[in-house]
Amino acid sequence: MQVNGADDELNPGGLHPFMGKGRIVAGCIAPHPPHLVYAENPPQNEPVAEGGWEQLRWGYERLRASLADKDYDAIVLLSPHWQTYVGTHFLGLPHFEGLSVDPIFPNLFRYHYDMNVDVDLAKAIHDEAEAAGLPVKMMENPDFRVDYGTITTGHLFNPDWDKPLVVISSNRSTAYYSVEVMQEIMIELGKVTRKAIEASGKKVVVLASNSLSHRHFTTESEMPEDMSKEHITSHAMHLWDMRMIDYMRSGQAQRILDEMPEFTEQAIAESDGGGLSWLLSTLDVPDYPAILHGYGTIIGTGNAVVEWPCYAHEEEQA
Amino acid sequence: MSEGGVVASFVVPVHPHTVLAPDMNPGWRALRDAYDSAAQTIRDLEADLLIIYSTTWPSIIGHQIQADPNPEWVMVDHDFHDLGSIPYSFNIDAEFAHAWDDANRNRGLQSRCVNYKGFPIDVGSVVALTLLNPDNSIPAVIVSSNMYANRTETTVLAKSCLDVIKSQGRRAVAITAMSLSNRMFTDFIEPAEDKIHSLKDDEWNLKILEFLEQGRLEDVGQLSRTIHRQIRVQKVVAFKPMWWLSAMNGNRNDLTGNVLAYEAIHGAGGAVVHVDPTSTGVGDKEYDEDDVEYFHGERGVLDTGAETEEANADDPPDEPVGNAPQEPAPEVNGPALWDPTQTEGSVNTDAAPKPVGAYPHARRVGDMLYLSGVGPRQPGTNAIPGGPIHDENGEPLNYDIKAQTHAVVENVRRIVEEAGARFDQVVDVTTFLVDMKRDFAGYNEVWAETLGHVGPTRTTLAIDALPTPIAVEMKVIVHLGE
Repeated sequence: MQVNGADDELNPGGLHPFMGKGRIVAGCIAPHPPHLVYAENPPQNEPVAEGGWEQLRWGYERLRASLADKDYDAIVLLSPHWQTYVGTHFLGLPHFEGLSVDPIFPNLFRYHYDMNVDVDLAKAIHDEAEAAGLPVKMMENPDFRVDYGTITTGHLFNPDWDKPLVVISSNRSTAYYSVEVMQEIMIELGKVTRKAIEASGKKVVVLASNSLSHRHFTTESEMPEDMSKEHITSHAMHLWDMRMIDYMRSGQAQRILDEMPEFTEQAIAESDGGGLSWLLSTLDVPDYPAILHGYGTIIGTGNAVVEWPCYAHEEEQA
Repeated sequence: MSEGGVVASFVVPVHPHTVLAPDMNPGWRALRDAYDSAAQTIRDLEADLLIIYSTTWPSIIGHQIQADPNPEWVMVDHDFHDLGSIPYSFNIDAEFAHAWDDANRNRGLQSRCVNYKGFPIDVGSVVALTLLNPDNSIPAVIVSSNMYANRTETTVLAKSCLDVIKSQGRRAVAITAMSLSNRMFTDFIEPAEDKIHSLKDDEWNLKILEFLEQGRLEDVGQLSRTIHRQIRVQKVVAFKPMWWLSAMNGNRNDLTGNVLAYEAIHGAGGAVVHVDPTSTGVGDKEYDEDDVEYFHGERGVLDTGAETEEANADDPPDEPVGNAPQEPAPEVNGPALWDPTQTEGSVNTDAAPKPVGAYPHARRVGDMLYLSGVGPRQPGTNAIPGGPIHDENGEPLNYDIKAQTHAVVENVRRIVEEAGARFDQVVDVTTFLVDMKRDFAGYNEVWAETLGHVGPTRTTLAIDALPTPIAVEMKVIVHLGE
């Protein structure tokens, strides 16, 4: 695949020379285990729980509070559960509604969704990516069922669903080639995402919807929300998660990218879907600290709710 | 009721092109024609059940079986959404699904049925059922492909399915919805440009098809891991459908195969293959992997009931540890469990079940190793492969002596290896059976396959009972010298 460099049209500092209004307000890791929605008992979800996974749900609460007074126009989200093997796809119709049933945890997640898409921004990112040589496609089939990763993260980040989304599929280049090739593609996709956002004049929050370590239990307790049974699957997974979180909290995003192949392989991390690499590239590989709003395990996988407060960094720079 | 069985097996491709766009490419049309031919064969065979193992329905928590009698929705492919939508309304045999679910759990598998309105039936199953059963006249069942399942587990999944087919007297068709090579082009192509992704993929596909044409399904199963490494995208569910399909056909190599079509679908290898159970009379001698009837692998991640702090093996005390018994795990109706004692020469391991009294797993004296009586209980979970012989009220239960004996042998192996010895250094075994008449044949069969190859002397005794609800226990002596 020939990928044209997009950064030669960008300033090293990241802001586009002829565009100043569009900007990224914040970037977040916003994991999507359906257990969190299940535990919260929103009216859109059919199953009923007694609670559970509070550390992460409180983490999402802190994230929402952190951004409550920030003005933004749209949410750009990359979901590893819209898995595409042929290029990268974007939701391309203004409205989707339906029932999302998790094929793996249907006992927990049967959610009636109703969401709007910022098709203009989606098309703008699509076009920039195409110009950069990435294979891309707009998804314009009205029967399409939006993946449960998008719905879960969409709900947890913005339960009111009052902001339009741009939803980007997860290209499976790690599985086809390697983490290195995936990163090359996702870093390029991140650059063009940033470029399109800046050119759009819109204020945007970007979300990578993924876990960190991702080795599941293969059994489920009789009551899924029984927190006495919840823990990380292994010490090695814990060490990897803490290592990555340390890098995030100390402003060392480049080290995350550098260690992505080992992390992805050894922690069986969901970063294989490219979301984390894409996010860091979209944020121009931040060297300022991220805010850890919460960490917890879900059926053995490691999950963190993390925010890079771009707004604060910009104010500091100014 | 006549005895049931698998009357045919099919390998079919998963992508939606054969349903939505067969005439956009001659190869897609050939696959569609082959699909239609397969559908006619199924009708001619008067099959009364279609069983689909789909690689495009991955699962994590054990095995999921579709049990909604009439799932309805509109399926749109994540990649090929521009080809259109496939509305579906299927006829699912919910009774069979629940029976299979029960049979799975009887054989030690984690399993559950799913019956939820709006459940997203996967693309492979939608394509296969749409084309193989267009009028919904034949009830179907769909099973997921577990991401973490190995060959043993996948084989047991097939055997539990066969249990139900036989008990219900069904004429079943086993179907794997799968690609051969599954590497698609990563860029968009015109339909006319379609071809197999690479020459290497094509060569491997042709080799697989040559085996299948010769009815050598088990050989393909044994090559599964190699095939997966060579021509498959790694993070999907391996080439394990061939394990399932081979087990559904008795792990045979003398089947009658017929390749109806082989073409590319966006670079992936799509094939429609009919495997007839009729024996060709040749080539059925190659099945050399250990057979398995019951799954007792790692599935108890959440079960912590039997886990307690272990004595520090690095710092053995001079005197036996005065350890207190603990409550038995809920899976076992039997006496309390103890930590194994630690004295000079003791050999203990977490990989063997906890004792039911104050004794070690084994004790080394000179160049001899003496094992305490070893039963089939599983370390950690305390579960009994093959099932307990009676319930907590003493009511007798049906159990599998072969599964229990296999588990005993594995526990013996773990203790022997913990001592740094080899399994082939076992020199003498005394076996205790609680029901000699019922169990001797099954026990003896497993012995021949395992310890029989090692060659220890053996004494088999009938006894009245054992402390836990097990049917077999072995007392083993090992000579550690060369």
